[in-house]
Order: sequence, then structure tokens, then C-alpha cells
Amino acid sequence: MPSLFATTREYSGITLVDLSGRISLGDGSALLRKTVRDLLDEGRTKIILNLGDVNYIDSSGIGELVSGFTAVRNRGGELKLLNLTKKVHDLLQITKLFTVFDVFNDEATAMRSFQ
Amino acid sequence: MAPETKHLEVTLDTHVESVNLAEEMCVRVAEASGFNEDECYRIGMSVREGVINAFHYGNQEKPEKKIHLAIELTEERMIIRVLDEGKGFRLTDVPDPLAQENLLSTSGRGIFLMKAFMDEFDVHPGKTGGAELVMAKRLPGLGSPHTNGNGSAPNSGAPHQEA
Repeated sequence: MPSLFATTREYSGITLVDLSGRISLGDGSALLRKTVRDLLDEGRTKIILNLGDVNYIDSSGIGELVSGFTAVRNRGGELKLLNLTKKVHDLLQITKLFTVFDVFNDEATAMRSFQ
Repeated sequence: MAPETKHLEVTLDTHVESVNLAEEMCVRVAEASGFNEDECYRIGMSVREGVINAFHYGNQEKPEKKIHLAIELTEERMIIRVLDEGKGFRLTDVPDPLAQENLLSTSGRGIFLMKAFMDEFDVHPGKTGGAELVMAKRLPGLGSPHTNGNGSAPNSGAPHQEA
């Protein structure tokens, strides 16, 4: 069974990616990489990753988040994070990535931040 | 009479699935040893990162090489050793992932997480080459002084490599 699932929604040129499961070494990290690359290939550069149902991220997953952030930024867009679980929040905090990502607790505010 | 020490050793293939297997094994031992959910998560994550390190950096994903995992339960600590068959490394050579210039690096956070999540962490040269990561967590109720990367890892027959 895949360790990560991703579904995308689009509103007003902003793409929300709902992720659930684990972003870890193997298929989880690979799916996140493919999802972001596919969105960029389609010209979608305003991306919000909803991590509300992501209960686990390892260093490989953290690396993939950073890779996605950089790839989107290099295309002139922005990748933001929404609904961090406590474990993911703590991981981003101790790795100082909280200072890198825009992080939101509710979808509406995250959407408005692109305006 | 000497205090009882429980010891478990497995040899893992250099394969992604070994990462999950090692994590699951150690979490089960941690649960059975009375660690709470948060501590089990931290131990599992640390083992995961240790085996990822062996898989990717140590053995360079070469399938002919093995990863040796040992779990030891003493009266005071759960000690985990992960030995690879690579060239070895020194902690001092590992870049600081919190340095501004490394914040956007896509790798290099595994050692940092192990040091953050375990009470003790160090790296020794393996007896037959490679690197042996040694990490320990004090059993519940015994406190948790941090001595990471300062040469205070649990007893090892290997000569200590100054960090």
C-alpha cells in the first residue's frame, strides 16, 4: 500500500494539494516530488501543501519539501504549508525550516496570502 | 551476579525496506521497554535515520553490502548500533544543517535528528571498516542527560573517534 496519497484542488489559480500518510524515504518522498514537478510542468506555481493528514516525515521527506520549495521559487512561484500536525511542526521548528516556509493553520488565510 | 543485558542483532540488506524494518523492530522493543508514544517515535525516527545513513551514504545503496543493526537493553538504557560497510566518516565533517547556508539543502539532517532525539549519540569507526552509529536512550524513569557527539556514547569495543 502506498505510504502517501495526494489529491489536488484548484481555486483562482491556486493549487491545494491534500496529502495524507507518510512523507518518508521511498514512495512517499517520490510521490511528493512527482506531484510538485507535475504541477510545475502544468504551469501551476501557486501551491499550498495541506499536511493536516501527514503524520510522519523523516529527513528524506524534509529534503523533498525543501526541494519542492526551491523548485517552485525558481519558477517564480510560491509553495506554502498548511495544517501541520504537532510532529511535523516540531520537526520544522528544530530544523529551523519554520523560518523558511510560510506556514498557515487555516485554508482561507493561506489562500489570501497569495493575493 | 552481573545485571541482565538483552541483546538482539540482525543483518539487513541494503534496501529501502530495511529502513522500515529496522524502525519497526526498534519501536517494538522500545514499546516493550515501557517508553511512551513520543519516545518511541523519537527512537524509531533515530533508527530510521541511522539506517538511511548506512543505506545511502555508507553503503552507497550497493546491494552487495550489508547493514548491521544491534539493539541492547541494559538495566538503564536502550542502546542501538547501526554499522555499515562503507568508508566511514567523522562527525566533525558533517555540515551543520542549521547554518544559514545549509537551510535549503535537500539532505544532511539525519545526524542532526539522531542527536536531537536520543540521549546519547556518537560515531565510531567500525571494527571491519565503515561507520558505527551508536545511540542510546535512558529507560523511562531514569532521566535523560544529553551527551551527544562528545565521546560519551555507550561502551563500545571500537576505538573512539574524536568528534
